[in-house]
Amino acid sequence: MDFIQNFPCISIILCLFAGIISSGLKDKAAMWLNAALLTVNTLLSAFTLTYTLSIGQPFVYVMGRFPAPWGNEIRAGALEALMALFFCVIMLLSLFGGRHKLVEEVEEGKTYLYYVLSDLLLSSLLALVYTNDMFTAYVFVEINTIAACGLIMIRQNGRTIEAAVRYMIMSLLGSGMLLLGLCMLYDLTGHLLMSNMKEAVALLVANNAYQIPLIVSIVLMSVGLCIKSALFPFHAWLPDAYGYSTVSSAAILSSLVSKGYIFLLIKIIYRVIGFDIYHDTRIVDILFLFGLMGMIFGSISAIRENDVRRMIAYSSVAQIGYIYMGFGMGTQVGMIASIFHILSHAATKSLLFIAAIGLTDVSGGSRKFIELTGSGYRNKWAGVAFTVGSLSMVGVPLFSGFISKLLFSQAAVQNHTKMLPALIVLGISTILNAIYFMKTVIRIYTPIGETAYTNVTFKDIPIYAAVLVAFIILNVVLGISSQPVVDIIQQGLSTFA
Amino acid sequence: MGANLFTNYGEAVAMLLFGIGFGNLLLQTNLIKKIIGLNIMDTAIYLFLAEKGYIVGRVAPIVTDGVQNMEAYINPIPSGLVLTGIVVSVSVSALMLSLTIRLYRRYHTLDLDEISKQLKKEGL
Repeated sequence: MDFIQNFPCISIILCLFAGIISSGLKDKAAMWLNAALLTVNTLLSAFTLTYTLSIGQPFVYVMGRFPAPWGNEIRAGALEALMALFFCVIMLLSLFGGRHKLVEEVEEGKTYLYYVLSDLLLSSLLALVYTNDMFTAYVFVEINTIAACGLIMIRQNGRTIEAAVRYMIMSLLGSGMLLLGLCMLYDLTGHLLMSNMKEAVALLVANNAYQIPLIVSIVLMSVGLCIKSALFPFHAWLPDAYGYSTVSSAAILSSLVSKGYIFLLIKIIYRVIGFDIYHDTRIVDILFLFGLMGMIFGSISAIRENDVRRMIAYSSVAQIGYIYMGFGMGTQVGMIASIFHILSHAATKSLLFIAAIGLTDVSGGSRKFIELTGSGYRNKWAGVAFTVGSLSMVGVPLFSGFISKLLFSQAAVQNHTKMLPALIVLGISTILNAIYFMKTVIRIYTPIGETAYTNVTFKDIPIYAAVLVAFIILNVVLGISSQPVVDIIQQGLSTFA
Repeated sequence: MGANLFTNYGEAVAMLLFGIGFGNLLLQTNLIKKIIGLNIMDTAIYLFLAEKGYIVGRVAPIVTDGVQNMEAYINPIPSGLVLTGIVVSVSVSALMLSLTIRLYRRYHTLDLDEISKQLKKEGL
């Protein structure tokens, strides 16, 4: 066994230990430990990615001495390693970009708690990505929920606590359904490891036994994860949670936490149920329908919003709709488009949240559109970054959003029954996206002459500006050289079963 | 169908309880009642698991009288899952209760809709 095969396990354990150690550290020390942890994890994930690409197949790492089907396992392939790498990079950038706001908004002497929570959040995300055991996945889903709730309410005001309560309630409904579905599937198959479950499910379907319980458990798990990742009708908690928490939390929640659940759903579809069996249950049609509705209603809510942070939050609802629409196509191509959109949305949405905070800061802290007039001139870095993020979300070539829309359209054309609704809604949603994002961009670049607000230059905000530049580069790289990424996703998916 | 329901009455009761808990967590506006619903929901799942792991006429797999035969014991994995699940649900309940205390100190009510109304008035 190569030494690199230890890396996924090491990175998860490092996060857990960093979380424990941070709880006894001072604010500054916890911050540096967290930054070091994220850097190390980025490197470890990058090594794992190159290793899995070089051996061309995933590897299984046995936790403890018990082999399958009794023991616990970690499984890492190209797709998992790519996700882990991306999660670490985005989290590192989001935390650095929002650090000055965190210091402002959280009581002094309490920010170390924020880093404890983000270490735990990263451990749960990595465990969700790598684990091969369904019950381990459930436990880490709950850790993820608790850590995310902490990230929302670390900024103490009435709004954030209420948002955290609403978030917890919806999340708990979702994880209750996930747990029940998981227990039913365990009773049907007698296994908890994904690969063994899949064999047993295939046997059940071949013998035509226990069809109704099987479908019920698939539905329960899918709906549970849809609720947790804020698919359209379950998104009521989202604008408050993203809109009022501190900016790093908003960026991490929108681009990583919901994506972790979606990735778990992908794993369930491919590695537990099997793609064809999942497709035959027709649940994909329901996901497709709600994805389309989310794309339209999320955008309409965003247009009606008068608060820039909440507008970006509602835009997330629409983007989650895109991802579920890709699932709903029921084809491999649609799945690849969805996974690429997970990456592209993560890179873009965190950029938008962090850029928006720069714009509101030079507008007296107000998030109303009228106050933002001309803020693109007062903080040039944030203005440019917000424009790049908006163009990417709308789907202008050169940026990552264009590639995901291209992949979605290609997937739609290949699916004859769903082509027409998918293309029409994709078109409408793009126009709606353009309306609210371009409205904001025009607003921030409308000159208003003399104001009471001060201008900000690079010297005042060096780290913040560097983070924005890194995000812009990430977006453009994903947009220009998307083919290698798509190839990795394709290779990962083909060895995913 | 009906006969199945009767022989597996434990599972049927568990599903019923799950429904009650789920409905309470979703529909009640009082936060404490919501948390009670959450606990009923989680406990229902543990009942379901315990029912599934139990095999009539067998005992827990603790070897005392030297019987090593697998046929003498129940399936211990669901019991292990229940224990893990209990730990998770305790921590989640504690978190929810602490959030409820925070909100109550601030707004002097446990009604989530009332809290939303007061927040709108604050205009935050």
